Amino acid sequence: MSDATADVTTAVQGPAVAGLSKLRALESEAIHVMREVAAELERPALLFSGGKDSIVLLRLAEKAFRPGRFPFPLVHVDTGHNFDEVLDFRDRRAAELGERLIVARVQDTIDAGRVADGYDPARPGSSRNQQQTQTLLDCIEEHRFDACFGGARRDEERARAKERIFSFRDDFGGWDPKNQRPELWNLYNGRLRSGENVRVFPISNWTELDVWQYIAEERLVLPSIYFAHEREVVRRNGMLYAVSPYLRPHEGETVETLSVRYRTVGDLTITGAVESTASTLEDVVAEIAATRVTERGETRADDRVSEAAMEDRKVQGYF
Amino acid sequence: MTTATTPHAGPVAATADLLRVATAGSVDDGKSTLIGRLLYDSKQVLVDQLEQVQEASVRRHGAGAVDLSLLTDGLRAEREQGITIDVAYRYFTTGDRSFILADTPGHVQYTRNMVTGASTADLVIVLVDARQGVIEQTRRHTFIASLLGIRHVTFAVNKMDLVDWDEERFRAIEAETTRIAAQLGIPDIHVIPISALEGTNVVDRGDVPGWYPEDADHPTLLRHLQTVQVASDRNLTDVRFPVQWVIRPGGAVGRDGVRAADADLHDYRGYAGQVAGGVLRPGDEVQVLPSGVRTRIARIETFDGDLDEATAPMSVTVHLQDDVDVSRGDVLVGAGDDAAALCRREFEADVCWMSDRPLRPGQRLLLKHTTTTTVAKVDAVLDRLDLHTLDRVAPDAAGGLELNDIGRIRLRVKRPLVADPYDVDRTTGAFILVDEGTNDTVAGGMIR
Repeated sequence: MSDATADVTTAVQGPAVAGLSKLRALESEAIHVMREVAAELERPALLFSGGKDSIVLLRLAEKAFRPGRFPFPLVHVDTGHNFDEVLDFRDRRAAELGERLIVARVQDTIDAGRVADGYDPARPGSSRNQQQTQTLLDCIEEHRFDACFGGARRDEERARAKERIFSFRDDFGGWDPKNQRPELWNLYNGRLRSGENVRVFPISNWTELDVWQYIAEERLVLPSIYFAHEREVVRRNGMLYAVSPYLRPHEGETVETLSVRYRTVGDLTITGAVESTASTLEDVVAEIAATRVTERGETRADDRVSEAAMEDRKVQGYF
Repeated sequence: MTTATTPHAGPVAATADLLRVATAGSVDDGKSTLIGRLLYDSKQVLVDQLEQVQEASVRRHGAGAVDLSLLTDGLRAEREQGITIDVAYRYFTTGDRSFILADTPGHVQYTRNMVTGASTADLVIVLVDARQGVIEQTRRHTFIASLLGIRHVTFAVNKMDLVDWDEERFRAIEAETTRIAAQLGIPDIHVIPISALEGTNVVDRGDVPGWYPEDADHPTLLRHLQTVQVASDRNLTDVRFPVQWVIRPGGAVGRDGVRAADADLHDYRGYAGQVAGGVLRPGDEVQVLPSGVRTRIARIETFDGDLDEATAPMSVTVHLQDDVDVSRGDVLVGAGDDAAALCRREFEADVCWMSDRPLRPGQRLLLKHTTTTTVAKVDAVLDRLDLHTLDRVAPDAAGGLELNDIGRIRLRVKRPLVADPYDVDRTTGAFILVDEGTNDTVAGGMIR
């Protein structure tokens, strides 16, 4: 090896030696992952929530497959409590891309009697976060998806840091953290047993800041809620929640109108806003680079339940 | 990529690069503490994460100390047992360089996890306990790093505070680790004294004695990681482009059908993939293997426009001048390369066996190599590595390999592989073996 490489270093001069920037190396890795899935699995889907991570996935899919069509549809699991701005964005983006969008509604799962509604306007802190899992699993079964791309990143959470890029789910959609397939080099083993599906995370190795820097470099369009805007919010358990038909102020809570933006996009009932005046991508990148609190810690109530909340939900079939 | 064809030149990403690091070391050498220290002192631990760790530290150890190892052990079982079971990936950045850190477990029964973590690493940090000095695990992990073609090994001699920063002690360990690494042919070795617990010489220098003077030759661990040069490790000589996916919007079949408005794409045929080696340039003559057909590169396309050249690990779409038959699994190689030598039906490889069910001669397995998956038969298990002495010894009594064994085997494959020795190209020299019955990945292999 020493000899071979010695030749390499002396033989090649010029720009080729310089190597890729971090973002372009991560991009290249993600494109490779997406093409592997398209080539080796029968019926993939891309989970598109209208959030920033899945917006990045769409750009990566364009880079992987254009000028061809995406070899998969887009899928959104809609809790029924989403931001209107995000749903509008979702529909517009899918139409612009000319790709198929499948919307799986938690409300339909509830109406079919397959789950009880976790959301009760009278009960503080209730949400349909748990119910999403059933709707997703039903959607996977109905369309016989064998692979679902997701925008989760390993920097988000401790359990995520342990999860493979190809994450196998059993018949019940569950993840077994102690029995993961080794993942070596860039060789992914996509073979499934019957009933299994695989969740694939092409941007596993990206951080929140990488995502924002990539969005800025690519000039990707985002839903307006990611940028500072005035909104009626209430303070609850240290978080700022948007007042909406699904989240009304409790007694003793005051409604404030603040300049806020969102770091993540999710169900209105569990996603907190942050106070901010960042109105451009550059402002947001600067804020994220300077933040002292993680994305999930600051804005996702569902991860605060216990030390292993994310691991527990993944074991049950959550994304 | 030349500056002229770089599609984006964002303010941050233009200069930042990425270093992939794996850690290794025995179970109590303080790996998790070291990683916690790297993250903590480089200000990458955010307030809420730190609060969680503080709470958990108090629950476990009582008030007082913050157990930085709790930053990395993420799974319930790991917290219960206080050990690292599986590879965890951590991310931190120092402005001009970002790091992906594969935190691999130290137990000997997790050798397969170290192989997994090291398979993508540019550099391996081997932790050595200053009190214990070089032990079996040090040798083993250094050996595995060399087996996996790691060109940069950094020995972090930890717990120096517990030996009162004794220079003699450090020098002895330095001499021994250097000797082992040189013996294994690892070209770039550094030995750095640290105390992860106290945070000395990890990110901040702290109270390092004068025998490790503050100059360019005696960096802190982080400083070393920031400055080590790895770009020249890539194979820029041998053109290797495994075709991953054929983009044919005008094709009559498949899910890649043309959009009605794009009739001009009717004849479009692009070969998408990630460059594994060499430099691809438009106009270059190439051969398509295994068929051996020769043609030229017409264009190198990306979503952001055409490129003048492409190198590993760029994902691009290549167009060829002639209308030749190319599909997934084919590899474009240089025109002057010896096709017969590259197309292998039989070869020897070192494998790390990762399954509870032992490997036996005669066994049939699936083999995935670049973008080809084919059936392989194990003709023979030639030897097994004694992980204690690092000698190559005879296979076990049944003639095979057990879980976590590393050994050399001879394989035959149904479809020829377009492959290089691992030492020449880490991408075209690597493969995994898959059990057809369980679909489990049962081995990682390196072609010799």
